[in-house]
Amino acid sequence: MTAPAILVEHVRKSFGEVTALDDVSFKVERGEVFALLGRNGAGKTSTVRILTTNSTPDAGRAEVLGLDTVRQAAQVRNRIGLTGQYAAVDDNLTGRENLRLIGRLTHVPRRELADRVDGLLDRFGLTEVADRPVKGYSGGTRRRLDVASALVHKPPVLFLDEPTTGLDLESRLALWDMVKELVAEGTAVLLTTQYLEEADRLAQQIAVIDGGRVVAEGSPAELKAKVGASVVEIGFAQEELVRQAADLLTRLEGSAPQREGTVLRLNADDGAAATMRAMTILDAHSLMPTTLALREPSLDDAFLALTAHTGESA
Amino acid sequence: MTTATETTPRQPGALSAAISDSFAVAGRNLLNYRRVPSLLMASTVQPVMTVLLFYFIFGGAIPVPGHEYVDYLIPGILGWSVIIGAQGTAVGLAADVKAGLVQRMWSLPVSRPAFLAGRIIADTVRNAVVAVIVLGMGLLLGFRPDGSPAAVAAGVALMLLFGFAASWIFAAIGLGVGNPESAQAATFPPMILMVFSSSAFVPPDTMKGWLQPYAEHQPLSAALGAVRGLMLGEATTGAVIEALAWVVGLLVVFVPLAVRGYRKAA
Repeated sequence: MTAPAILVEHVRKSFGEVTALDDVSFKVERGEVFALLGRNGAGKTSTVRILTTNSTPDAGRAEVLGLDTVRQAAQVRNRIGLTGQYAAVDDNLTGRENLRLIGRLTHVPRRELADRVDGLLDRFGLTEVADRPVKGYSGGTRRRLDVASALVHKPPVLFLDEPTTGLDLESRLALWDMVKELVAEGTAVLLTTQYLEEADRLAQQIAVIDGGRVVAEGSPAELKAKVGASVVEIGFAQEELVRQAADLLTRLEGSAPQREGTVLRLNADDGAAATMRAMTILDAHSLMPTTLALREPSLDDAFLALTAHTGESA
Repeated sequence: MTTATETTPRQPGALSAAISDSFAVAGRNLLNYRRVPSLLMASTVQPVMTVLLFYFIFGGAIPVPGHEYVDYLIPGILGWSVIIGAQGTAVGLAADVKAGLVQRMWSLPVSRPAFLAGRIIADTVRNAVVAVIVLGMGLLLGFRPDGSPAAVAAGVALMLLFGFAASWIFAAIGLGVGNPESAQAATFPPMILMVFSSSAFVPPDTMKGWLQPYAEHQPLSAALGAVRGLMLGEATTGAVIEALAWVVGLLVVFVPLAVRGYRKAA
């Protein structure tokens, strides 16, 4: 029996009074991209730090390839690559020197190192800038070097902590392609992101994390399904009308619509019929909407629906 | 390129790995000094300015029985310069924390003290360069050590060794502070405490009575006692042993503290 790439069981972590992780559990299979999706401060980085041995859990356990991140930390470090929120490369060294340094520190055999560094530079489109100091790199290029640095010792498990934050669209697309290639070769990737699109595009499995808890988990399709088959959005000209409409629909339809500005959002399994009923009710009370849309739920809808309770109480 | 193989990477022995990791990191830091010479400025300019300040301005007011003041001063400046160097260690490590490098290093299978030892080795090389500059200046200003060239060299080596040990104190502070500007400020008090209440510039027996026991036996004064002994041809085995004991003592206490700071900063 082979252990999963990552196993997190009932992990808790507090910093003083602040609970960062409150009973977090999930599992990442080998060769899979798993996305931890959440807002800033939701607990994404705290989770990654425990898995990369940078921090230890207060309770529960975390394993990488069956190795405990506390008791077998040294062995875990041999098998992981980390790209943190900062592009952690040395500005005054060239791209090639940065990769060689990591190679030496991870004990890549000397005769292999030069080839491996060349291979990574080529693959990440860095050959041209390889012998220039990193200081002059663009944000996207730095990021690519940062990810390449995490791969010098060929780790079977890779952590990407918000890898595309602050990148332009082109760099983001390029990075996504690289992640897909790595996964095709069998690397397991734990990705943290606040971008639903990123999770949707890359991950086979997503855990939505909010306030240090996993509030939902599943494939992108499953998460969308949790919101209902379709979303009805009804827009009004004024806040006052939105409030009245929300009250009416809550009373007569039995399910509370979500309000966002002057837009009401209904999640429904029978989109068209639900729209008809809503329009009938609004018409009977002379509440005229200005816009009406019926669409498939996006991951955004799922995220908002799943984290709404904590979002409002805050 | 396959990345998902389950083979355990072959690991060299722990000690040889620690040494080779340290030198890999030292290489990185030396490259930094070569690429950005301004990083060297602070650690070179300050000792040079201090030599001039004390030689031309304060020196005349400081009586040192049995010696020309410049003979007393130059070994003191060597001590001052390794402590300035140690402050550079703190600032550099704090910058590494801020850049996220420390976090990545911790997640790599790098032997624990190597990331710190590497920087301190590089900074010791830099201190050696500064020592040569200070000695050269001293010779120009009339520094005439009575000790043999070998004894003078041994004196420099001993001061560099002391600087290596003292740097771990400052490394622990730099890692604890975690950003370069604060590291500069946070290391200032220990620096002053160590250098100005020592025998670096002024003989301790001219200080206030209550301060003298500390000023005579604190680590830097102990090191300076031995270094002056070697350079001025009055070497006493006891002084050298006292200095070496401080080196060992500082390392025993502050290497673990610095590694703990590293762990927290990661």
